[in-house]
Amino acid sequence: MTINMGPQHPATHGVLRIVLELDGEIIVHSTPHLGHLHRGMEKLAESKTYHQAIPLTDRLDYTNAMGNNFAYVLAVEKLLGIEVPNRAQYIRVMMAELQRIAAHLIWLGTHALDIGAITPLFYTFREREDILRIFEEVAGGRLTPTYLRIGGVSKDFPEGIEEKIKAFVQAFPGHIKEYETLLTKNIIWLKRTKGVGIISKEDAISFGVTGPTLRGFGVKYDVRKAFPYSSYEEFDFEIPIGSVGDVYDRYIVRLREMEWSNAIVEQALERLPKGAVIANDPRITLPPKDDVLTDIASLIRQFKIVSEGFQPPKGEVYASVEAPKGELGFYLVSDGSNHPFRFRIRTPSFANLSALSKMIEGGLIADVISVIGSIDIVLGEVDR
Amino acid sequence: MTEINLTVKKLEEKFLNSILEVATFRGEVTVTVSKEGILEICKFLHSDPDLQYHLLTDLCGLDFFPETPRFGVVYLLYSLKNNQRLRVKTRVGEVESIPSVESIWKVANWYEREAYDLFGINFENHPDLRRIMLWDSYEGHPLRKDFPVEGPDFDKPFVPEV
Repeated sequence: MTINMGPQHPATHGVLRIVLELDGEIIVHSTPHLGHLHRGMEKLAESKTYHQAIPLTDRLDYTNAMGNNFAYVLAVEKLLGIEVPNRAQYIRVMMAELQRIAAHLIWLGTHALDIGAITPLFYTFREREDILRIFEEVAGGRLTPTYLRIGGVSKDFPEGIEEKIKAFVQAFPGHIKEYETLLTKNIIWLKRTKGVGIISKEDAISFGVTGPTLRGFGVKYDVRKAFPYSSYEEFDFEIPIGSVGDVYDRYIVRLREMEWSNAIVEQALERLPKGAVIANDPRITLPPKDDVLTDIASLIRQFKIVSEGFQPPKGEVYASVEAPKGELGFYLVSDGSNHPFRFRIRTPSFANLSALSKMIEGGLIADVISVIGSIDIVLGEVDR
Repeated sequence: MTEINLTVKKLEEKFLNSILEVATFRGEVTVTVSKEGILEICKFLHSDPDLQYHLLTDLCGLDFFPETPRFGVVYLLYSLKNNQRLRVKTRVGEVESIPSVESIWKVANWYEREAYDLFGINFENHPDLRRIMLWDSYEGHPLRKDFPVEGPDFDKPFVPEV
């Protein structure tokens, strides 16, 4: 029998369509169909200046807007060869880690909901709301804040935000315990996740799987450790790994990862350096907004950069970050003009999803739901 | 840096005729190779015990219109063993095709489908070469430089064939 799953299906986490060929309840063959959310982002960015492309990146993996900005600005900064002030680097790390927690919270809530546990969703969205409130105060936006700028961040922390982040960081480990009491030793949860969606470690690597899904197989690959960026080498954290790579291992890896992200935010808060939050390079970085409103030179500088942009040297760079889903990288090719010649986005969900067929074939149809949930895809970045 | 030098040295020893250029920009090494040698070089990089580029991080197309050969294909490899990245580039013409590396890295299946869909680059021996982002009856390849950003039919009603 052939069953069509999606594109409008609550458990596919977006508009993914999978055609499943079944023998009874066993999946014989599966064909994913992508592209329902294809917006031509790579093409669109080629016609924009480097600054103008930042808001586009927010809309890749919309649960990880800060992290997407992060990867993109790192690539542009690498292309230009400019240094970012220490304070900005720390602020970026804090925002990216808070965003990772928020993204994992969405994943945990919806993944549990798919499998039939309704309660965790209410808990995880409670904490996610705290993080989004912090983002709103810092950046002005909640889901797609577009907070990062080439050379730094758009504005410094508002007054009193550090106490709020501190309060969150101190309370959060207790909340993880709450989720764990609901799920970790829950017999239904174990039966639905243990031994489900296993493929060999070699296959996972061959399918280009990265992020928590790969670490579930016991492969210790994390871009933050492998190619430290933005002062990650100054923080003390570990990479949690699983053993067999089933859905349960991925669940445990993500839970531990949230704890370490929380620890990184705590360390960054303690050691937050003082100083500028954006590099001062008149040809490249935007001037402080207050100056633009009072000083004619800054106004001209802002106008030139926003309307014309800047012209990086000819060359090609690849910069990546460890996004909640895996390795998110931007490959930029510059021909020396003010817009990118090629704007390639290497998204983790695309590669992770390519392994889906292998993971579900031979398994039960009910397990498709839990496997899709466990590789944590967002169709915004699969289709781009 | 030693491992990347080792990679380049080994490649130059073995495939001297296929390697066209070795460039370093911002600490990233790019090896440009000829289209004919790409499959053998990829196989070697994947299987050599000292190199082990087991992860194909990215594969994408480039359009150099109106230059010839028109397209570029870029392979970004990562070695878990040496914690090292390597970029391999090659050029391919509009009516030519390039060997598929799907037999080496399975993720190349989707990446090559994407390059085929958005650029119209043909891959030889690909098991399932069809469009991935756009629908099957779509005409044109949007990431080509001569394809308008707003689309060829932006002022016409949108009625896809079913």
